[in-house]
Amino acid sequence: MKTFSQGIHPKYNKKKTANKATRELPPPKKVIIPLHQHTGATCEPLVKVGDAVQEGQKIGDTAKFVSAPVHASISGKVTRIDKLPHPCGTEVLAVVIESQPVNQSTGQPVESGPADRQTGRPADLSPEEIRQVVREAGIVGLGGAAFPTHVKLAPPEGKKIDTVIINGCECEPYITADHRLMLEKTEEVVDGARIIAKAVEADRIVIAIEDNKPDAKERLKSVARKHKENITVVELETKYPQGGEKMLVKAALGREVPSRGLPLDVGVVVSNVGTAVAVIEAVRFGTPLIKRYLTVTGPGIKEPSNVVARIGTTFKEVIDHCGGLTDNAAQVIMGGPMMGVSQVSLEVPVVKATSCVLVLTRREMAEEKTYPCVKCAKCVSHCPMFLVPSRLAAFSDNGKYGEFEEWGGQDCIECGSCAYVCPARIPIVHWVKLAKFKLRQMK
Amino acid sequence: MSYRISPAPYIKPPDTVPRMMFLVIGALLPATFAGAYFFGLRALGLVLICVGTAIGTEYLVNRMMKRDQTIADGSAAVTGLLLALCLSPSMPFFAAFLGTVFAIAVGKQLFGGLGYNTFNPALIGRAFLAAAFPVHMTSWVAPFAYRGLAAVTAATPLAAMKFQHELTPYGRLFFGNVSGCIGETSALLIILPALLLAGIGLINWRIPAGYLGTVALLGGVFWLANPAQYPDPLFQLLAGGLMLGACFMATDLVTSPLTPRGMWVFGVGAGVLVIVIRLFSGLPEGVMYSILIMNALVPLINKYTRPRILGQKK
Repeated sequence: MKTFSQGIHPKYNKKKTANKATRELPPPKKVIIPLHQHTGATCEPLVKVGDAVQEGQKIGDTAKFVSAPVHASISGKVTRIDKLPHPCGTEVLAVVIESQPVNQSTGQPVESGPADRQTGRPADLSPEEIRQVVREAGIVGLGGAAFPTHVKLAPPEGKKIDTVIINGCECEPYITADHRLMLEKTEEVVDGARIIAKAVEADRIVIAIEDNKPDAKERLKSVARKHKENITVVELETKYPQGGEKMLVKAALGREVPSRGLPLDVGVVVSNVGTAVAVIEAVRFGTPLIKRYLTVTGPGIKEPSNVVARIGTTFKEVIDHCGGLTDNAAQVIMGGPMMGVSQVSLEVPVVKATSCVLVLTRREMAEEKTYPCVKCAKCVSHCPMFLVPSRLAAFSDNGKYGEFEEWGGQDCIECGSCAYVCPARIPIVHWVKLAKFKLRQMK
Repeated sequence: MSYRISPAPYIKPPDTVPRMMFLVIGALLPATFAGAYFFGLRALGLVLICVGTAIGTEYLVNRMMKRDQTIADGSAAVTGLLLALCLSPSMPFFAAFLGTVFAIAVGKQLFGGLGYNTFNPALIGRAFLAAAFPVHMTSWVAPFAYRGLAAVTAATPLAAMKFQHELTPYGRLFFGNVSGCIGETSALLIILPALLLAGIGLINWRIPAGYLGTVALLGGVFWLANPAQYPDPLFQLLAGGLMLGACFMATDLVTSPLTPRGMWVFGVGAGVLVIVIRLFSGLPEGVMYSILIMNALVPLINKYTRPRILGQKK
């Protein structure tokens, strides 16, 4: 079985939701749409307080290349534009829309959502046109990093892309949204992959999936067979962080993404399965990215579920649709338990990068007591990047940022394998992020 | 309602530093009880004195230095136990007490406590005793002497080899029915628990593999060159403190390298030193100094054996 070296085998805890069909949540009465939901520049608001907006209408954009526009996820009226809490832990300018069920001038109910617009047959689109459509739809990488997809689909001059990897690993514990997506929208995953391959002029598609999802693998295989393109479904060992880009490229193709480089340096574009579906829906119907698949799960959730939620729905509302919190809920996390962000309040919106709302209770949470590093080297033997994490944490702690860089600190992908295995419970990734932040400030 | 805020990851396996320490103590118990069996309750008394003194010293130093109390993490007890296991069963109690105080206060706490010491604290204590009580450190009792069954004193297998060219039968070396330090005599009762610890990843197999492999290989070279002068490799492996040292002293987490290649360098280096000391110095045994010398080189070894980062040019 193909895989990468080192990494960890956490408890996956996916059984509770893996067999539950995704249900679409009803549109909320109010959405909070942050103008920054991606890697890159923040959007400028295109609307002002009091404006009526239609579902799917672009409400934020920028001329900067590395960015992605944002769209209204419900029809209604803009009631506030302000700095509001973002699930990444900061405050970001956001547009609040409250639904207006009745059109005030005519007294008629507004149409729910734009009529599906046909943008032409996908086969006729040129790579440049695909990038245009993808950009206008505000599509970003839905695996978690939220890198603007149109940028990824525009490899720089001289970089020949031969392979597109569609990432269906979903290696984070608890999350099953991509698993369900692959089962429920198999055709779309494959068709989206074909469009992505067309945009980057790659002649091979590899769909990578961990071996804990055999049903999705079989279904993808049977769909892939129907197409004349070179599409293979590759099964990888269930191991964390198998879905990390560099691990994935190594495991699936045996190629090493250079240090500090990108997959495109070795002729590869990696895209998440959710992104592929968003791309095909944008290309076929002009649908902007205003909904996403996510898993709402964990022992702190009464009815763990896979849902489709509109971007901007508050965590509170999403959780309420899943039976609410249990009495012993103690920690709310956006994303998975390995790389997610813990939340102060439930009044934060689902954003494009929200793959999961995970609620833990005291029982699963690690005790907080830390010990001095005993140099056990477990972090070294599990780091999938082959760094020496304990040294990096110590350099960061001591403010030795030069040595931090010299020991490859910038190569860290922040997967958390080191902190997971650390018997001293040292928040190693936290120290690494701090050092990277300080180094950015210095430059 | 307020939710807990903490950095990722949010789930962790149950391993903690104290759990590792108590597993090491558990793994050393077979050798400890073998010591009591071969050398009598006095050996057990020495063990209790060393462990108690180690915990007491750690407690007092922490109080004096106004540090958080650390006796519950088990690391002081490990040091006390390891020191006791590499003492002669006839060691005076007060000497064992002094050696343990030195091991904890100087070998560990002076460097900053758990995780910060350069040298294996138990071996620092032992080196102190070797300098302060050289006669007591080299007086040995025969196994079962406490039952009045055998002569009271007896040379260790290594000393018998070095000074009288007398070979001890392998069976006795393997099961521990020879004179020597309290916990070093039974190769069997050291190897088995060490294999279990290596199985759960608590001690890294590379260090004992490099260490024992080098002793066997290099010892074998000398033996082949001159079998009349030098003992065979199996004897080198089973006699003296090598097993205990390779499995439980050289693998001390804090004082051994972090990197896989570094662990090989460390093990091989210690193995070369053991052979050099055993065959060419005035001492019959070289395990303690081999490990202490390699301890000093650990920062350098770490620096020059960093793994190749994924994607870095080969």
